[in-house]
Amino acid sequence: MTGALALSASEAPFGVGAAVRWAVVRDLRLALRSRAELGVQLLFYVIVVSLFPLASSPERTLLATMGPGVIWVAALLASLLSLPRLFASDFADGTLEQIALSPFPLPALVSGKIVAHWLTTGVPIVVLAPLLGLQYGLDPPILGVVTLALLIGTPILSLLGAIGAALTLGVRGGGSLVALLVLPLCVPVLIFGAGAADAMRAGLSASAHISLLAAGLLIALVAAPFATAAAVRIALD
Amino acid sequence: MLEAQDLTARRGAATLFTGLAFRVDAGRALIITGANGTGKTTLLRILAGLTMPAEGNVRWRGDPVAPFSQQLREDAVFVGHAPALKDELTAEENLRALVDLTATHRSAAEVSAALTSVALDAQRKLPARVLSQGQRRRIGLARLGLSRRPLWLLDEPATALDSAGLGLLTQMIAQQLATGGTVIAATHHALDLPAERVATLALS
Repeated sequence: MTGALALSASEAPFGVGAAVRWAVVRDLRLALRSRAELGVQLLFYVIVVSLFPLASSPERTLLATMGPGVIWVAALLASLLSLPRLFASDFADGTLEQIALSPFPLPALVSGKIVAHWLTTGVPIVVLAPLLGLQYGLDPPILGVVTLALLIGTPILSLLGAIGAALTLGVRGGGSLVALLVLPLCVPVLIFGAGAADAMRAGLSASAHISLLAAGLLIALVAAPFATAAAVRIALD
Repeated sequence: MLEAQDLTARRGAATLFTGLAFRVDAGRALIITGANGTGKTTLLRILAGLTMPAEGNVRWRGDPVAPFSQQLREDAVFVGHAPALKDELTAEENLRALVDLTATHRSAAEVSAALTSVALDAQRKLPARVLSQGQRRRIGLARLGLSRRPLWLLDEPATALDSAGLGLLTQMIAQQLATGGTVIAATHHALDLPAERVATLALS
């Protein structure tokens, strides 16, 4: 046992950092090669946000009230849309087996995949939010809070989503099942995320909401990779 | 040395095999044969640590190994049914990613030499999408050649390979055995290996 470990340890510096890097680099490269898929999901986000002002009254106060909530719901849906991609293709082509059998720690490899998912779906959502918020006539400070809340909240969506995506591997109709599993879990994120802007508009400080979101992010960061890794192993059995 | 004791596997309600026991020493190969559905893949997945046997256990170097044990993940290379290739990546990128995933350091020169050795030199920069099944299998062979792990677990490694590819596979297995490695392969193809090093296990 120790002999084998020593041999491998001298052969390669394997650890958490290398594992995360492997998964991030690979998944980002794959995402860049299939940009159309990313574009579809981003366009979906933009269209959903833009539909609400068209479908409801153009009254300025109403739009300003519902703006942050609409952006958050659209961000949640857009992030869900890309979740099936997270593990399903690796599962289908056998890569997930190789990932699970790698000497690297599986939670680290899974974390890398989640980071790549957030970089390709979460970051564009955050970057576009201020632009989309303009359609609702949101004031700059409120736009700022919405964007900050999304910056903290979207990684939570990716982390929670990864658990759902791994749990539904190999299940027929897994895509819609992921939504059913993950949406209820995302309710607190939605409440505090959208609530931050509400508090700001009511003249209060948004810091309580932001702190709670950040606390949620820390918990998800610690727990989700392990839960996802366990779910992946179950799916492969 | 890999040892199986009283292995029983079930898939759903069906029992695939019961009380299976064997031992494969270093430098030896075990060829698993059997009709479709007799549990060849399940047996290999159990040995690789992907699937839990219904009963019995697997010992590697004398220690019992549970599924996903660190020791097995460091010592074994598993080539499954699915080639684990990404259509969007080139042959070289695919091989690089698979080799890096095994936490073994191989230089770019070694990776490209491995592709040359399986006659994929010209296809190096082509996306895996346009490669034939046999060429995809050859990337798996190149990976085996780069892995330098003591235990090889191969599930139908000869599928879709032409006679040159089959020769290459045989040669690689022979090399692995000669250097004290262990090979367990499920295959329908007759591999031309030194008879004294090979045992056959027929599942039924």
